[in-house]
Amino acid sequence: MVLSCSEIRRELSNYIDNDISPEMREALETHLAHCRHCTAIVDGTRNVILLIADDRTFPLPLGFSERLHARLRRDLEVR
Amino acid sequence: MTVGQEEQDVRSSFATPGEVELIERTLAGETEAFYELIRPHERSVYMTAFSVLRNSAEAEDIAQEAFLKAFRHLAKFRRESKFATWLLQITVNEARMRIRKQHRDLYDSGVAQEEEKDTEYEPVEFGDWREIPSEALERKEIREVLAKALASLPEKYREVIVLRDVRQLGTAETAEILRVGEGTVKTRLVRARLQLRDLVAPYTTARGLFSGHFFRRGRKPWF
Repeated sequence: MVLSCSEIRRELSNYIDNDISPEMREALETHLAHCRHCTAIVDGTRNVILLIADDRTFPLPLGFSERLHARLRRDLEVR
Repeated sequence: MTVGQEEQDVRSSFATPGEVELIERTLAGETEAFYELIRPHERSVYMTAFSVLRNSAEAEDIAQEAFLKAFRHLAKFRRESKFATWLLQITVNEARMRIRKQHRDLYDSGVAQEEEKDTEYEPVEFGDWREIPSEALERKEIREVLAKALASLPEKYREVIVLRDVRQLGTAETAEILRVGEGTVKTRLVRARLQLRDLVAPYTTARGLFSGHFFRRGRKPWF
């Protein structure tokens, strides 16, 4: 199976999520071995996923839990 | 179905034994049990609200509203889905209602309701990524870039990427929370990821912005 760059991009998410058949994986990796452009896209996308999955990227606002519990206490105790 | 059978179903499918106990204690009037029940979900609820609203203060307010609503409707939680899924469905509803109330949907809903077009997204060409992701995060600048990049995506992409990649939920659960098909989640996710990569990559590959770490292409010890 020979894949074009646009087919690679369609399968990119599934490839990163390891949600593709062994045949597709092999075809994809054969393409990536020779295509610098697609490799840069795959690497960059993987890295962005790593960055946004890190809790430091989108931290809870300081004092979030305290304010939440105070609000719940206030509203639940007057019900 | 008897009560015993129903409890058995809850235990086996939709809530952990710990959650079942906390739900029962909450319903019996022990409010403190509710705090314990929701503690593992605080970040997910906040980020889900943020994915819709793009504003920290509003997301926090909606998160509080969602938890209050969950408490008030806990007896109606019929265990047809996981507790976390049910909680995040409430959060998405509350956040979208807030958007509608503010009439901001004039701007966003057109995008949200737009059919998935089968047009190719053409990623921008950049150089190789030259910085270890975890080290890149030490720079405040990169965190700000990520926050702005996320906020600049259309709502339907923000929702999917926050649930799938920020909170790392599965495709099926994400589809259930957003009430769309799994195919739609996958289509939106690939576009969201590519667009986010296009927005962030210039800050990690441009000369002078990275701190000198360089890895050969194809060799990523951190992944």
